[in-house]
Amino acid sequence: MTSKRLNNYGKINRDKTISFTWDNKKYNGLEGDSLASALLANNIGVVGRSFKYHRPRGIFSSGVEESGALVTIGSKDRRDPNVRATTQELYDGLKASGQNAFPNVNFDLGGINNYIGRFFAAGFYYKTFMGIPPFEWGKGTSIWMLFEKLIRKAAGMGSASRLPDPDSYEHAHDFCDVIVVGSGPSGVSAAIEAAEKKLDVILVEQDSLVGGDQLSESEFSTTNTLNQLQSLGIKVMTRTTAFGLYDNCVVGLLERVTDHLSISKNILPRQRFWTIRAKHIIVGSGALERHIAFNNNDIPGVMTVNASKHYLNRYGVLTGKDIVIATNNDSVYETAEQLSEAEANVTVLDSRTDIEIETKNKFEIRKGFVPYNINGTKKINSLDISKSENIKKFDTINCDQVLLSGGWSPAVHLLSHRGVKPKWNHENACFIPNDTKENITMIGSSRGLWNKDDCVASGVAGATDALNRLGISKTNYFFPKPGGWKNPIKPLYEVKYKKSRSKSFVDYQHDVTADDVRLAHREGFISVEHLKRYTTLGMANDQGKMGNIIGLSLMADLLNKEIPEVGTTVFRPPYTPVPVGALSGRNVGKHFRPLRVTPMHQWNIDHGAKMIEVGLYQRPWYYPKKNETLSDSYIREATVVRKTVGICDVTSLGKISVQGPDATEFLNRIYSNAFAKLQVGKARYGVMLRDDGIVMDDGTSWRLSENEYFMTTSTAAAAKVMAWLEELLQTRWTNLKVNVTSVSEQWAGAAVAGPKSREVLNNCVEDPSLITNENFPFMGVISTFLKGKIPCRIARISFSGELAFEVYIKSDFANTMMDLLWDNAQIYDGCLYGLEALGALRVEKGHVTGAELDGRVTIDDAGLGKMASIKKSYIGSAMRRRGVLNSENRETLVGFFPMDLKETFNAGTIVCEKNNISGQGIGRITSVTHSPELGHWIGIGFVEGGVNKWKDITLVGADPVRNKQMNLKVVSPHMVDPTGERMYA
Amino acid sequence: MIRINCPYCGERDHSEFTYGGDATIKYPSLDSSEKEWTEAIFFRKNIKGFQLETWHHSNGCRMWLEVERSTVTHEIKSIKPCHPDLQKVVENNK
Ligand SMILES: [Zn+2]
Repeated sequence: MTSKRLNNYGKINRDKTISFTWDNKKYNGLEGDSLASALLANNIGVVGRSFKYHRPRGIFSSGVEESGALVTIGSKDRRDPNVRATTQELYDGLKASGQNAFPNVNFDLGGINNYIGRFFAAGFYYKTFMGIPPFEWGKGTSIWMLFEKLIRKAAGMGSASRLPDPDSYEHAHDFCDVIVVGSGPSGVSAAIEAAEKKLDVILVEQDSLVGGDQLSESEFSTTNTLNQLQSLGIKVMTRTTAFGLYDNCVVGLLERVTDHLSISKNILPRQRFWTIRAKHIIVGSGALERHIAFNNNDIPGVMTVNASKHYLNRYGVLTGKDIVIATNNDSVYETAEQLSEAEANVTVLDSRTDIEIETKNKFEIRKGFVPYNINGTKKINSLDISKSENIKKFDTINCDQVLLSGGWSPAVHLLSHRGVKPKWNHENACFIPNDTKENITMIGSSRGLWNKDDCVASGVAGATDALNRLGISKTNYFFPKPGGWKNPIKPLYEVKYKKSRSKSFVDYQHDVTADDVRLAHREGFISVEHLKRYTTLGMANDQGKMGNIIGLSLMADLLNKEIPEVGTTVFRPPYTPVPVGALSGRNVGKHFRPLRVTPMHQWNIDHGAKMIEVGLYQRPWYYPKKNETLSDSYIREATVVRKTVGICDVTSLGKISVQGPDATEFLNRIYSNAFAKLQVGKARYGVMLRDDGIVMDDGTSWRLSENEYFMTTSTAAAAKVMAWLEELLQTRWTNLKVNVTSVSEQWAGAAVAGPKSREVLNNCVEDPSLITNENFPFMGVISTFLKGKIPCRIARISFSGELAFEVYIKSDFANTMMDLLWDNAQIYDGCLYGLEALGALRVEKGHVTGAELDGRVTIDDAGLGKMASIKKSYIGSAMRRRGVLNSENRETLVGFFPMDLKETFNAGTIVCEKNNISGQGIGRITSVTHSPELGHWIGIGFVEGGVNKWKDITLVGADPVRNKQMNLKVVSPHMVDPTGERMYA
Repeated sequence: MIRINCPYCGERDHSEFTYGGDATIKYPSLDSSEKEWTEAIFFRKNIKGFQLETWHHSNGCRMWLEVERSTVTHEIKSIKPCHPDLQKVVENNK
């Protein structure tokens, strides 16, 4: 191929030279060039190597369907692989390189795959998975393991950067009445018609310029069209792809904001990911020209006919000198004429004989001829041609370019996203869209209209359809019939020349040949979906835009069926690839998910807290003194709590205000234990079950007055419990007069725990007489004032097993409360303690949390069965009596000691019998800690049959992940102060 | 993306809502037998077409809604609050 820039063609800016690098060499292009047009202008024909066989590949198209010119753009952290050179705009300093080749695309050692091709035939991957008979039946996986690295290296396109992406991406949203996809003649006319009828219109165009296929016409002015659209108030979004249609007229767009710029990319986001909520969608997504399968139809220099016209009139590049056009339809003749006017030597092979073509006769037309073989490797030397029937050598034409047109395929992808199957149109040999009840209208060549006037008319009809469906007008309209050529198309998908072992490509990008399709048929993979997966036809990143129909036609031929009987595969979003960066937008790093902090977050940090993430919350983990490690710190903190007093931020607990005359009845139904007789001024620990009898959550409810309760939930289940209570009140018990309100954010909470906690509180409240043991017994609740007349709620509740209180205050006063508590705790040599010490204290007491209540555990499993009321019915009361939940052998809560008290263990350890260390064992350890009180490691967890079954039997803890084993002793989960003397003190 | 027309908030993305379940289940009284509860909790029809289901406007007004939705096309035929008193309020405000 010899391609070159012409002087008086194209719409590029000849005054502005742009320099770029291709495979480390410097070249010049012009402003307005795509990378592909610039490469062609520099007569660069080989731009890549194919996926499996490493065959030299050139530029096949001028658009998104490109399946040859996939290149890598940029370097280091901005290296972007598999970019279509045909849609990449040229910018100053652009660095591009070819892919899938070593050392380079012109001389590639991987080319040897071309000669050992039989190993890479259809189904190769599956066969290596299964084992290759006769020697390896059943040993497929090991063969795969052996070959995998080799195969992955050999068959893989460009590689992505492994560095963090330095660019930013945005998510954006918009609404409109009508969104028009595509700015070709039909899209533009639809947008104008809708806007003139006062609709709010968005027009999206994947190209940098509006015009669609008209950009390949010399007389078309994109600026005039843009001005006209904008003067009507239409929001025109260029460089924006509608990659998917979703339910209820939601459209996903990808806007490429800076991919065409060489300036610093940090000012703007690289791309925007748009979600558009429209009332109606009009799709004018155009049609894609097909190639024809025949021997060596992938040699660089092969291109679609329309692409060549595009390069000529938009970029001023003549793609060949001696050009053969092979066609089966009328669409090529305009191009043939223009190419010959540009002084190329053009020959048209038309597979049809009985046709009338009007030309100015500057080129030769050979009717009834088809190509069957290209001679050449990195460039075309000549083309062997045959008569249409009975393929055999008739002539050889010396040429440097072969342009193909096997017909046109409407881009029905977006409609396919909505589950609408296209129907086969026999006269035009293509799939055209079916109607849909949804507010989506297809217009232009995407509904099979081949001439411009029909496209324009269909745009007006499409807009009228939208107006009618939106109830704005009731106007009659009609769509022109598919077609528009003078002579009918004659299907031509493959020219099969029997006496050859050369490859005839169906899907260029995945190196799927016509023989692969035949092999799939022989091996029984005849359904379209099987054919696709077995051969990988249509599974490359062009998703079969060019090759799919050819593959279908070959299969139809083998099955003696028509194409529509074979069917078509479903296209799924995205239409063209969407970078993961755009999908994640700003939800990266610290913004990956919301961050919740308590009102005393800064206070905790100022007082030396190391924080830990618990769900979305940041909670104090431990408060190290100088040089203390985590374990030094939490052991000290837990010891101080048991000895004097500690303060802990417990704000993250869920808090729900339950109010109304039926509040008591409500709580009595949702908790498994009795609540009917709870007095005002008392709190109760309660366990909620699910409908199926499994534990949902535990917490406390404080009766503040006759009709008001303050409920706390675990941190993790707060949202779930809230939604559950609302569901019950709004759907099941709609006659209960109860209102629930989340007050989690409104109240800040602190636990004050330890033998000196009462003294500390005494110093902090306005009226210390309220805090005596008599006036404020275990599970008592008071509403009173902290010093400074700050209202607060205090309950005498203990999670640590010590004398302890929970103090809640309005969030705004959180710091004041912490200052007050901390000042007074220090008088008694108290400490601040974090989640790790909290965990140690509760494990010593055998108290369960989310680690134990994991959705599989019943109230009996958790050892709390005695709390459940036998006098009343409650949620889950019938179902917890199910047989399976009452088996003697259920795993129930126990404590664990290591046999050797110097030994440690981890949560997640599997508990097994000594002679049977395998599988899931007979239990598991869920929480562990070093117990400061006992002086060794302890754990809680579950074991079949509970503590009585294993009293004097040594079990084994297996920790295969850490390659560890230890002997265990099963004990009661209440390992410290089992009678609770300290709590009641 | 399904768009759900909340009677209180207006038309919103389904990502604001949480799917509940079958809205036609009549939950038995709390003192009912294990058999009746098993029936209510575990046995579900797998409907192809329109079904009544509950959705919670969890990132909105917190209303539980009864939605008639097609499992094939996601088309929504009707939406109303689950709570009968709220239904009346919505009716009166129409
Ligand atoms: Zn709402």
